Amino acid sequence: MKHLRSIDELGVDGLVALLQLTDHMAEINQRPVPKVPALRGRTVASLFFEDSTRTRLSFETAAKRLSADTMTFNVSTSSVNKGESLRDTVATITDMGVDAFVVRHKSVGIPWQISQWTKSSIINAGDGAHQHPTQALVDCYTIREATHESRFDGMQITIVGDIKHSRVARSNIQAFSMLGAKVTVVAPPTLLPPDLSHWPVQINHHLDEVIPTSDVLYMLRLQSERMSQGHVPTLREYSEQYGLTQKRVARLKDSAIVMHPGPMNRGVEMQIDPSDVKNSLIHRQVANGVSVRMAVLFELLGSGSSLGGQA
Amino acid sequence: MSKSVVIKGGTIVNRDSEIKSDVRIENGVIVEVAKNLKADVQLDASGCIVTSGFVDLHAHLREPGREEAETIETGSRAGALGGYTALVAMPNTDPPQDSIAVIDFVREQGKRAGLVDVVPSGCITLGRQGETLAPMAELAHAGVTLFTDDGVGVQNASLMRRALEYAKGLGVTLAQHCEVAELTEGAVMNECQCCTDLGLPGWPAIAEELMVFRDIELVRMTGASMHFLHLSTERSVELVRAAKRDGLPITAEVTPHHLSLTQELLGTYDPVFKVNPPLRSAQDIRALKAGLLDGTIDAIATDHAPHPRRDKEMSLDIAPPGMLGLETALGVVLGNSELEIKDVVALLSWNPARIARIDAEHGRPVAIGEPANICIFDPDLAWSVDLERLASKSINSPYVGRTLRGKIRHTLFKGTPTVIDGQAQK
Repeated sequence: MKHLRSIDELGVDGLVALLQLTDHMAEINQRPVPKVPALRGRTVASLFFEDSTRTRLSFETAAKRLSADTMTFNVSTSSVNKGESLRDTVATITDMGVDAFVVRHKSVGIPWQISQWTKSSIINAGDGAHQHPTQALVDCYTIREATHESRFDGMQITIVGDIKHSRVARSNIQAFSMLGAKVTVVAPPTLLPPDLSHWPVQINHHLDEVIPTSDVLYMLRLQSERMSQGHVPTLREYSEQYGLTQKRVARLKDSAIVMHPGPMNRGVEMQIDPSDVKNSLIHRQVANGVSVRMAVLFELLGSGSSLGGQA
Repeated sequence: MSKSVVIKGGTIVNRDSEIKSDVRIENGVIVEVAKNLKADVQLDASGCIVTSGFVDLHAHLREPGREEAETIETGSRAGALGGYTALVAMPNTDPPQDSIAVIDFVREQGKRAGLVDVVPSGCITLGRQGETLAPMAELAHAGVTLFTDDGVGVQNASLMRRALEYAKGLGVTLAQHCEVAELTEGAVMNECQCCTDLGLPGWPAIAEELMVFRDIELVRMTGASMHFLHLSTERSVELVRAAKRDGLPITAEVTPHHLSLTQELLGTYDPVFKVNPPLRSAQDIRALKAGLLDGTIDAIATDHAPHPRRDKEMSLDIAPPGMLGLETALGVVLGNSELEIKDVVALLSWNPARIARIDAEHGRPVAIGEPANICIFDPDLAWSVDLERLASKSINSPYVGRTLRGKIRHTLFKGTPTVIDGQAQK
């Protein structure tokens, strides 16, 4: 595997293999010294054109635990014409000798464009509202860990919120479906893409209808600018219809789990402290982020090297 | 005094005839149509069609203001290579074509290049801002016959009504870029399943159709004549068809790319496929082709829109829309329609010359006494679009590397060959 730009590109076999490899990485992370020399001499560059805390930190931590060198290129979100010198930036960093770029950009397709300009591997850490494949891997791994199921056949996964603008939703719908889950998206029609009849999902506009049958309730972040754009009238109305409240938590199955990709909007989609939710996996999602990204980096850059030994 | 030129061995295609004959030209005028003619310059046209030079209703020549992308000279050369003898220059220059000074400059630069007639269009509103009318009477007196704010549509319905009323008094035509801006904010591609997958903001068909509908009704109300630029959707074609059935003074154009390329190409993430209006569905293409066949669509216009390489190396959302068209139009049209040669010439030459009101000089029959604005093309020649060989200053052609069928062999502008054997002469 050369790049990881979308879940599609990974395919179901690639997805399953990466989840299995993540088990090894999780084991390494349990060690007193969670570091192996697998990627010694390799360089991973983070190219973040959009703010990110957890994704960037977890990639950098993952790279370091595999003994790769890291460099970070942060571009202020306030700079205009962000795309303008992208090709030059990539060329410059490539010249320094980089094996992989971890790229986040507000624009759809940037990871594919960059892969035209460099021979290095490209890992998509989020492009616009398009794809965020490592988040989907994290979420699949987290569900797998909690349910001890490697396939999600028959599992009812409900994704709630701003599907239209969510790269997490796009990657997760693909990944969950590949593993056999039945996915339902819940949102007002204004927060759904204009035509999703070809997606492997059920559509429901009423959260309360799907609460009792959901095995996984996946809450998405609602950005406040969706109000000014006329997607929802007020945050209050949205959170009443689609927020997770104590009342809704009480109607969940005992075994149901709650997830959120972060960062959370407390008081909007999360009307309740996640620590008050019995089966919240939100902290596991963050913890697993490092193991999953180690697996991705090792898969892309570690061919021929072994995972054994201490750094 | 220009040399006499003979076009030998071609098939002359006129509206009402198709004959094999040589053509002799002297001093910019066709002086003889007969077999076995001789002259100082002989152009071989065996296996080729000899017909009137093409007229593009929609060329962005970028001068003044964006000479990095194209100049009137390089755009004229691209036009000549595409068989064109006249180009209507779109007014979204910098400064825009809303004053006599700029109109005169564009026309003079066209004459200086001397490769095609450069016909400046004028802005409908001052600075294309959609707020107040441009000095249309002044511009009309300076010879402008087509007015447009192309790049944007005139959003304000009241202002558009006034513009049509005013244009009617002047006897000029308004050309609309149909796009209700509120519906296309940030839009990158057609609103469709593919745009759902890519997470890109969609440009819904209705944003075009609402304005087509509005303007048809404004034409019905005012009686002014109106031309619709680059129609791209099935319903737009239906609306125009019905309006024409009602006898309204409306004409319409489509671009070669909207006849040949679909929305799915945005899945390559290559901004070369970003264009406004966006590439649509295969179903829309079928409807546009049907519109060509039944006369609903009057003209094929390129919307030739050069952009420098670095602008098209930006992300999809930031990269400016537009693609080259002049050098590839004929090949794309011949390869993507079931049209007869005569229909193709009507759509590329005769009809657009009439719409631009330059039909005294262009879109004329190839006959004795007529001005020698002529193109000669091989309708069957397959050729590959080579980035290195494009005459345009920019390279944003979606057809680079593709094979097209049908190529211009020679072009004559006012009797002088501007292209011989596919090579620009100056």
